[in-house]
Amino acid sequence: MSPDNSSLLELTNREYKAGFITDIESESVPAGLNEDVVRTISAKKNEPEWMLEWRLRAFRHWLTMKEPSWANVHYPAIDYQSIVYYSAPKMKKDGPKSLEDVDPKLLETYEKLGIPLRERAKLAGVAVDAVFDSVSVATTFREQLAKVGVLFCSFSEAVQNHPELVKKYLGSVVPYSDNFFATLNSAVFSDGSFCYIPKGVRCPMELSTYFRINSANTGQFERTLIVADEGAYVSYLEGCTAPIRDENQLHAAVVELVALNNAQIKYSTVQNWYPGDKEGRGGIYNFVTKRGKCQGRNSKISWTQVETGSAITWKYPSCILQGDDSVGEFYSVAVTNNRQQADTGTKMIHIGKNTKSTIISKGISAGRGQNTYRGMVKILGKADNARNYSQCDSLLIGDQCGAHTFPYIEVGNSTAQMEHEASTSKIGEDQIFYFQSRGISAEDAVSMIVNGFCKQVFKELPMEFAVEAQKLLGVSLEGSVG
Amino acid sequence: MTENSSMLEIQNLHASVAGNEILKGVDLTVRSGEVHAIMGPNGSGKSTLAHVLAGRPGYEVTQGRVLYKGVDLLAMTPENRARQGVFLAFQYPVEIPGVSNVYFLKNALNAIRKARGESELDAMDFLKIVKEKAKLVDLDEELTKRPVNEGFSGGEKKRNEIFQMAVLEPSLAILDETDSGLDIDALRIVAAGVNALRSPERSMLVVTHYQRLLNYIVPDFLHVLVDGRIALSGGKELALELEERGYTWLEKEPAPAATGANC
Repeated sequence: MSPDNSSLLELTNREYKAGFITDIESESVPAGLNEDVVRTISAKKNEPEWMLEWRLRAFRHWLTMKEPSWANVHYPAIDYQSIVYYSAPKMKKDGPKSLEDVDPKLLETYEKLGIPLRERAKLAGVAVDAVFDSVSVATTFREQLAKVGVLFCSFSEAVQNHPELVKKYLGSVVPYSDNFFATLNSAVFSDGSFCYIPKGVRCPMELSTYFRINSANTGQFERTLIVADEGAYVSYLEGCTAPIRDENQLHAAVVELVALNNAQIKYSTVQNWYPGDKEGRGGIYNFVTKRGKCQGRNSKISWTQVETGSAITWKYPSCILQGDDSVGEFYSVAVTNNRQQADTGTKMIHIGKNTKSTIISKGISAGRGQNTYRGMVKILGKADNARNYSQCDSLLIGDQCGAHTFPYIEVGNSTAQMEHEASTSKIGEDQIFYFQSRGISAEDAVSMIVNGFCKQVFKELPMEFAVEAQKLLGVSLEGSVG
Repeated sequence: MTENSSMLEIQNLHASVAGNEILKGVDLTVRSGEVHAIMGPNGSGKSTLAHVLAGRPGYEVTQGRVLYKGVDLLAMTPENRARQGVFLAFQYPVEIPGVSNVYFLKNALNAIRKARGESELDAMDFLKIVKEKAKLVDLDEELTKRPVNEGFSGGEKKRNEIFQMAVLEPSLAILDETDSGLDIDALRIVAAGVNALRSPERSMLVVTHYQRLLNYIVPDFLHVLVDGRIALSGGKELALELEERGYTWLEKEPAPAATGANC
């Protein structure tokens, strides 16, 4: 009898390669959240008064807010008092001055994840800020970047060394009162990356941040701020992983991008947080607010995301197209397998004249995964000649998963041109068998179909990242055909 | 067995779909280089036989065995059967959006070459083969660049199947109602393509409902499948008799009257 090896119903374990735990002594604040915790975090970072004040304003506002429930995701209530809001690997007094001072165990961790930080092995052409739990442990290529005036450091250092820039732009895109999770982040954020590209500079290498959650019961609340001054260009990459744990962990980050006149920011994410096991135990709650402001004329912000991890993803990288002739782009691949849930999409807010936006969203659902695209395109009254093109495609693997699409369109100016296309397709057993009958295995068949489906998005990623994303997608869907 | 070696030996094959027994004891031997036609009324099990041989999931073999080049075919996964040279031309080829025909076929050919211990073909060599074989079935080269079968007409899909067969060069080709839905011109083209692929090393099993196809692809042997068994076997002239008399008279015949093809 022929083994029935293409039954799409059978789901087996997938392999999560980044699931190891680093055994390192860390220093944490006790679980729970109150003003003292906020003060403690601020004190640990030796922050100036204005920073603490900002945090406290956020915290007090957060107390008045309710967790949003409109997203198409389901999870037991989060106990915000059981979360540890700050955890950092123990270090010598003032923190590491150079890589020599960084605990070798940490360097090893990143090496295992494919992110070598040591001088000799550093990734060519990519500067990395490595964030471990609540703190940045190392930033590479800083001197080279400094030569052209590019500031790239941890957020904590930026608060100390470039307070004028932080003060000017922090909260200018995502105000501390923005939404429940962003406000929580504003109160307790511990670290993240800061990046400033001065006027007319084209950043000579890719900048990247690699986020790693290690400690149990710890939430990660990092904040990234990228400012591209007039005529500047930067391409920024973000990667993330976490160990396999049975409990859910909260990751509530905020990313703010500001592009001034003629500036361009390209922000790419490959998100591979631990997704939980196939029964849905454990995994990261990835509740993230990402927003970019095309503040200047003719500026451009482009988001590309490949979301394969997390138990639950709730994020909408958005663009505020304020400057005339500015351009916003959103390219997304979101995968949900097993019990994963994703509610993701974008907002394109057209304010300036002749603003253009493009949305390409590819959702892939397998196993019992639920994948929702939620997007808003808003054309304000003064945005003459605004244009938007949206395309939302869903791919279903098997018959126990779901794909949902909620596009919102608000047009307040009659000169706007809007296009919206959507499709849903399914990888069926007969397609898989067609591949097999030509000598191609079921796994390869799925990967060929999926890669074909995602092509439009992958081509937006920087080269090495595209290869990584393809591999990751393969792992994510491993076992989605029995 | 005489001069030629055996390609396929089907022995007392029983198979069910969703608990219903469709094949009820099929015996058939195909030797290297032979073309066998399988005819029969609707629901007699022709397509089931084709799919069981290719390994389609959902078809449960309950009894009997199948040897392909002397090896147990039913123990092999569908993709391994293909890699060992079994090819099924589908009656209803599916569409694969997002995957181009050439990319699909290059992966298929390289999987088969790898199984044979040969090196993988590079893009240039592969495209040479594509050009040459597309001509064989008069397939517009534009279609080779499009996603597999997407937006193809019925005739283009069937031609694409034979085109794939020409590229993959199987040892045993199973053509499942390749004539269905084809007008006479398309039928001629497809048949010419198939005939060009006839060789002493290649066997074919041509499943068809109508005698029409057999005017163009002339079989060495013809079998009539009735209610899951081979009711009658003979030479190509049997097709004409069936065309005249239909299938109903066979459905009453008690035992198969072997006239040569079954050894």
